[in-house]
Amino acid sequence: MTQSHAIAHPSGDERYTAVDRTMKRFRYEKDALLEVLNTAQETFGYLSQDLLIYIAEQLKLPLIRVYGVATFYHMFTFEPLGEHNAIVCTGTACHVKGADAIIERICTEMSIETGQTTEDGLFSLTTARCLGSCGLAPVTVLDGKVRGKETPDGMLRHVREIIARTKDVLPQPERAP
Amino acid sequence: MKSEKLEQIAQKERQRQQQFQHRVFCCTSTACLSAGADVTVDALDRAMHSRQNDDGPAELVKTGCMGLCSRGPLVRVEAKAETPMLYGDVTADVAKQIVAQHLAGGDAAESTTPHDFPHYRAGRKKGLERYRVSLDHPFFTKQVKIVLSETGKIDPEKLEDYLAHGGYQALRHVLAKMTPEQVCDEILNSGLRGRGGAGFPTGFKWNLVRLENAEQKFAIVNGDEGDPGAYMDRTVMEDDPHRVLEGMIICAYAVGASRGYLYIRGEYPIAIQRINRAITKARRRGIIGKNILDTDFSFVPEVRIGAGAFVCGEETALIHSVEGQRGIPRIRPPYPSESGLWDAPTVINNVETMANVPSIINNGADWFAGIGSEKSKGTKVFALAGQLRNTGLIEVPMGITLREIVYEMGDGVPNGRTFKAAQTGGPSGGCIPAEHLDSPVDYENLTKLGSIMGSGGLVIIDDSTRMPDFARFFIDFCVDESCGKCLPCRVGTVQIRGKLDKMIAGKATQADLDSLERLCRTVQTTSLCGLGKSAPNPVLSTLTYFRHEYEQLLAADALGSNEK
Repeated sequence: MTQSHAIAHPSGDERYTAVDRTMKRFRYEKDALLEVLNTAQETFGYLSQDLLIYIAEQLKLPLIRVYGVATFYHMFTFEPLGEHNAIVCTGTACHVKGADAIIERICTEMSIETGQTTEDGLFSLTTARCLGSCGLAPVTVLDGKVRGKETPDGMLRHVREIIARTKDVLPQPERAP
Repeated sequence: MKSEKLEQIAQKERQRQQQFQHRVFCCTSTACLSAGADVTVDALDRAMHSRQNDDGPAELVKTGCMGLCSRGPLVRVEAKAETPMLYGDVTADVAKQIVAQHLAGGDAAESTTPHDFPHYRAGRKKGLERYRVSLDHPFFTKQVKIVLSETGKIDPEKLEDYLAHGGYQALRHVLAKMTPEQVCDEILNSGLRGRGGAGFPTGFKWNLVRLENAEQKFAIVNGDEGDPGAYMDRTVMEDDPHRVLEGMIICAYAVGASRGYLYIRGEYPIAIQRINRAITKARRRGIIGKNILDTDFSFVPEVRIGAGAFVCGEETALIHSVEGQRGIPRIRPPYPSESGLWDAPTVINNVETMANVPSIINNGADWFAGIGSEKSKGTKVFALAGQLRNTGLIEVPMGITLREIVYEMGDGVPNGRTFKAAQTGGPSGGCIPAEHLDSPVDYENLTKLGSIMGSGGLVIIDDSTRMPDFARFFIDFCVDESCGKCLPCRVGTVQIRGKLDKMIAGKATQADLDSLERLCRTVQTTSLCGLGKSAPNPVLSTLTYFRHEYEQLLAADALGSNEK
């Protein structure tokens, strides 16, 4: 029985080993599906169809069951995020203190909707129900760093800064002298 | 490991702490970190290492939440034979001054970059005095700390620190001197009620599970704090993880559970990490695992990570989620106490409920029953947020009035605005208007006012918020979070939102308002679980107290429809 699980993912993608490790830790129990999906989301950043099929086969679960659980919970996403990601909290305290204005400003300036990624793949904007830092509302998270008492202008400035930094690193098209 | 060994460790840690002339505590909880506490810690550390005039040995402790989140990063200085000092808005510059004044025996130089907040300008204080937060303020003096008694005073990553503050004494006492029945009775007599919101007597629940005859029982801690505007459970798990564990182990002993789960929101990575570390450390000391503290009792808890679903706070949905399924509630009975996780008898308690248990065992049921109001005993932790001068985390005795919280502890509403309502209980709760500011805060009273205690979110709104908009915000949340199992909630919430939209757009008639109210009542009475039953609360409570705001929207419409 354990033999069949020992085969690594044919693509040779190293990230699958992290998913394998979680499955092994829970002895390939079907009940551990949520834990496995959590690891997969963390490692890959999103759940591709290929990944869901792999998990279903390894745990010997019907794909519909895996897909059903994955789509039920908000933390699982099915499309890759941008290079940089901003989360704006839309909890009650942040709502009262003007989170909507921040979202509106970023959306207009970056020409995206919440949950979308810019065309160049550099930036995406998502929202969270509550980040639990209500004392510092409105709260945002920019590339994993929590920022309190945010304003639309301040947020936009920081977003532009991190995007500009990435652009500096990337090779620039040559300009005529 | 023997129980006495724990006492030795505690003793050793206490001696270690006493050798320091000064102990400097810096809050590194999520709120303070987002205000720049990481920079503050670095600055404190560097300044303390490069002191010129050494004022005796000193230690820097990274602690959890100190409460006054709106003034973060917070730093507290404790010196021998001196009253503790608390400083707010501590930037790297202020941190250097604190070290210079308290630890190096010198006067602090004037800050080079003074803060530009109004309360500093108005204070007319000089130097470091400007950043001092008075511990005599009602924000601190009105609090009674049970759940948060060690939060902000200990290093949450250190088991020794918890032991030095009397940690795991309750567990040792329970295992050595009490039968499971006595533990259940003690909790029952204390009057402790579930802090997750519903307020079910905890001791009664434990007794039900204890009396079940089953080979395998489970104890679950509900840390799926999905209410927007609430972060009490996160704080307790992050800043005092061993307290939660201790409560859980005592609970498991009382009901006869040998396995357990801590179900924590995936949005709380630090809480997950700290609880996991606490479990590892407790296991190493023989507090968790086989034959706990050399007794016959064995218990193994595990962490399960929630993946973002508000409905998973409902106990049957949570059980499904732990089983790796979609988090959908089911009809009760059978209650989890009879048939829960994998059909075994299961006790489920909120994080804050569990955190109360060690103190009740240590101080006795009578002590706990002496705090609070007649039917609601003990304290409640509230996350105070919204349009208020002082926001943060407070633990107050049940029965305190909203006025005391808002005007004395919170210092009132800023920016020249006036208080409009206090929203409790998140999307399942309601708004309490100014005329009810003097009613005591406990389970019964809040229900009577059309709101609920909920898990402890308390958001203050001022007169700039329009109530129909606010109600729509919550309904929108419920539409998103409805699991879709039962029709009243799945369809009803969408219909309520549609009606509110029509109203906000100024296209509704009196008939729409009537049918909105009827619809709310239907959803309230016919939904399967707590989410649906309470989803209309925000609309109904604002309709009760702020009906004129809804009617104003109608008046504009009446003219419009006549023209057609």
